[in-house]
Amino acid sequence: MRLDVQGIVKRFGAVTALNGVDLAVEEGEFLTILGPSGSGKTTLLKAVAGFEVPDAGTVRLGDRDVTTAPARHRNVGMVFQNYALFPHMTVAENLAFPLEMRGTGKAAIARRVAEALALVELGGYAERLPRQLSGGQQQRVALARAIIFDPSLLLLDEPFGALDRKLRESLQLEVRRLQRRLKLTTLFITHDQEEALVMSDRIAVMDQGRIQQLGTPGEIYDFPVTRFVANFIGESNLIEATAQGGRVSVPGFGTMTLPEAPAPGPVTLLLRPEALRLGAEAGAAACHATATVLESVFLGLSVKLRLQPEGAPEMLARLPLRPSDPPPAAEGSTITIGFRPEDVHVVPRG
Amino acid sequence: MPPDRRGGIGNWLLAAFATLVFIFLMLPLLVVFPISFSSASYLQFPPPGFSWQWYQRYFGDPDWIDSTIRSFQIAALCTALSMLLGVPLSFLLVRSRRRGIWLLDRLAAAPIIVPTIILSIGLYSIFARLQLIGEWYGIAVAHTVLALPFVMILVGAGLRGFDESQEQAAIGLGASWATAILRITLPQLRPSMISAGFLAFISSFDELVVAMFLSGAEKTLPKKMFDNILMEIDPTIAAVSVTQILLVAVCLGLTTLFGKGALATTLSR
Repeated sequence: MRLDVQGIVKRFGAVTALNGVDLAVEEGEFLTILGPSGSGKTTLLKAVAGFEVPDAGTVRLGDRDVTTAPARHRNVGMVFQNYALFPHMTVAENLAFPLEMRGTGKAAIARRVAEALALVELGGYAERLPRQLSGGQQQRVALARAIIFDPSLLLLDEPFGALDRKLRESLQLEVRRLQRRLKLTTLFITHDQEEALVMSDRIAVMDQGRIQQLGTPGEIYDFPVTRFVANFIGESNLIEATAQGGRVSVPGFGTMTLPEAPAPGPVTLLLRPEALRLGAEAGAAACHATATVLESVFLGLSVKLRLQPEGAPEMLARLPLRPSDPPPAAEGSTITIGFRPEDVHVVPRG
Repeated sequence: MPPDRRGGIGNWLLAAFATLVFIFLMLPLLVVFPISFSSASYLQFPPPGFSWQWYQRYFGDPDWIDSTIRSFQIAALCTALSMLLGVPLSFLLVRSRRRGIWLLDRLAAAPIIVPTIILSIGLYSIFARLQLIGEWYGIAVAHTVLALPFVMILVGAGLRGFDESQEQAAIGLGASWATAILRITLPQLRPSMISAGFLAFISSFDELVVAMFLSGAEKTLPKKMFDNILMEIDPTIAAVSVTQILLVAVCLGLTTLFGKGALATTLSR
């Protein structure tokens, strides 16, 4: 069901946790709220789940205004950060709980529990206690419990935080597949930008109780609208430059003409580390400089370089690396670095 | 070679220390048990011979049996009252976000700190006005005052260790607040609650000072034992003690059985 949040404000004493949040999650969409801790994303989730009543604004689920409806009447499935499985109940009893609360008959409960367990590939685990399961299995039980009662909305509160990287990656894809198959409207909360990029239809980047930018993962990555978003998603070089007469001059790198001339005055340019050019290619670019390699880090698929250009702040470069390639640049060596107008993005609200 | 974890002198000292403490704790039992089977008519250790006579005296005397039953009734009512009052109070003290609630939390232990004799005098003057002196349920109410801190400390500790997000999860899954407490929270507090109930029961069953002031002619078992020592000191008291110890041991066994290490886990928190 469609979730529509409008003008939500929530204050705790002097702290404003949510400062006017508007957000709509379309039916069947996977939308991620991405933000650092303290950005207000958990408060937003609680307002949607019914654990906090906002000071202002409305929460609508489908056609229903649920702003002040108690959590138990919202029909929202939630996976908690620590799963919040009931440790004194077996897996089957955990899954049966929401159905019992809805007065489902015994036979129907047994059937649906079996179906839900099959869905998360835990067929043989019905009689286990949560503590007898691995972290990944517990996570799947929590997911099954959150979707077994056909919720109008699925909420995921950093559900992968406690898992190791490999398991996390495979579960992310599994949850995504399940969500698509069941066409579940999903609101996902995370501070992990990689996770957000992998899983989401759209991402809402939150900071200081506001949504800074809402868009597809590609839009957020390539065209961040604020410095905060540019910094928070992926690695970035933020370059302070000056626009004048249709040209942009970058200290230490020279001047260039951007496809769309920014308004005169100071501008912030975003240059992703993988877009920075090195060597002969760099020398031909409109903006280039000589730089010293401060550090070179081998990352398997790529090499990351920390560079000190002459007359400009430090920069990061990331170069793809095939096994036969020689190391691109030794630490302490001097190379030419540069970028073209199409490599940079003007951050609109510096 | 990896270091042998069991071998060190530290562990040896610890074992010796534990043994000494146990001997210290068990020594009274080693005296009481033999004396209860003594053939002598006065307290003599070691006893000159074996006999069942003191047990016969205990179980054959309606006075002893009446006071035993009375003490059981009092302890049972006291346990029920202190649980019914103490468990909700623990929720209040642990969960409330009101300012100053910590002060109440500390005050909950007050009945343990106030000298029992002062408490007894206070209760006596109130109970005398209410004509509760000599009524068994009056003593149960008084004992509840003493037992309540045990319940609130133990259940409070259990509650503090309980992950509150489980209640939120239950409510999000469609449970009412009451259902969440009954089906999710309380079952997990069972070890703490069983320990608390056990301590409340024992604290009442074994209580003398309050009972001396409030029991009047209707003696509780500890009062009866005290009178017995004052008037006709004989090994009956040892037989009563042994019976009491066995009963408590049975209770403790049941606690362990149903509470799954209740005392140990709750106290270690």
